[in-house]
Amino acid sequence: MTRPEDLNRLPRAVGAAVNPSYKPYHPKWHRKRYPVFWWLGKFAYGKFITRELTSLAVGYAAVLLMLEIWVLSRGQEAYTRFQELLVSPPVLIVHGLVLLFLLFHSVTWLNLAPKALALRLGRKRIPDAAVLVGHYAAWLFATALVVWYLVGR
Amino acid sequence: MSDSITLQIQRYRPEEEEEPVWQSFEVPRRDEWMVLDGLNYIKDNLDGSLSYRWACRMGVCGSCGMVVNGEPVLTCATYLAGLGTGPLRVEPLEGFPVIRDLVVDIQDFIDKLVSVKPWIIRDEERPLSEGEYLQTPEELAEYKQHSMCINCMLCYSACPIYALEPDFIGPAAIALAQRYNLDSRDHGAAQRMDVLSQHEGIWCCTFVGECSVVCPKNVDPAGAIQRYKLKATAEWLKSLLMPWSKR
Repeated sequence: MTRPEDLNRLPRAVGAAVNPSYKPYHPKWHRKRYPVFWWLGKFAYGKFITRELTSLAVGYAAVLLMLEIWVLSRGQEAYTRFQELLVSPPVLIVHGLVLLFLLFHSVTWLNLAPKALALRLGRKRIPDAAVLVGHYAAWLFATALVVWYLVGR
Repeated sequence: MSDSITLQIQRYRPEEEEEPVWQSFEVPRRDEWMVLDGLNYIKDNLDGSLSYRWACRMGVCGSCGMVVNGEPVLTCATYLAGLGTGPLRVEPLEGFPVIRDLVVDIQDFIDKLVSVKPWIIRDEERPLSEGEYLQTPEELAEYKQHSMCINCMLCYSACPIYALEPDFIGPAAIALAQRYNLDSRDHGAAQRMDVLSQHEGIWCCTFVGECSVVCPKNVDPAGAIQRYKLKATAEWLKSLLMPWSKR
């Protein structure tokens, strides 16, 4: 009968190294430590993290809009000063970046919509492509409405 | 084109080494060979101590999932020649403890799978004399996609959330719970919701989406989880606005 202490000698018998901390009949699993920068290891993970982080730009845009309304309530002079601040070059650069982040977030988010929505028309399932087109159409419509209000009225 | 290819295999022999090491093997590069054929060649001709799981060789049993060149794949369904001239890196599935070489411990997945009760639950069983429970093709189509899961765990390997939060029930178990929730013969949705609507259930998922990308059977676990999030939210709202209504 093989004794437990003999099992440790077996690797040495075939010329292999021996792990001194190994105990026969005591499973010693290896658990890999997941790296902090795991999202750099794969393009899809990086895209996911970018999508999540660019939600900060969405939050910023919402806060900016509320701030603008609040400044408007403080009178004409305060609002004019705020407008001048918004068109200064550093703010324009920051807002250009925010716009890029917003577009990235919006497109990647809308592209996921068909995964979450399984819509039906009667007994038939609406195709994913139709759900996607519907979302983009609603986005374009809302954008056109804002552009019309600001420019075309 | 070279007639051989190098496989770099992650070896872990706890009686020999504390940490996994890489070992290279030269195997024939044949057009009709899968990665699993390369592993079998090593086992039969070069090093009989190499450990890995496989069974059916036809993408049905879900045993031979491994990470090849960073991607979780079924090695019986991945052509050696389709991965370039090598070297190929073969590792065990991510997120699971490694027992030996390419063999991982799957007990955590099995426990989670059982916790979502992946079987048909009836309020009342009909006597056999009344015959089978019939379904229309539309009712079958509701859940068929999710029923294709072969428990290969590639989705767990691709999910960074499972690796970071081991309590997460995970993609396949949730997709299989949905498979039964959507089955017209099943009445167990409320029982499963108690498990799925916890933080460790659907709410742990941040929709990375890679689980659906790597799934060899197009089960779309990411879609199943997001749809269940909508359902759970609707149920929560219903219970808030109409506390007298039954779930």
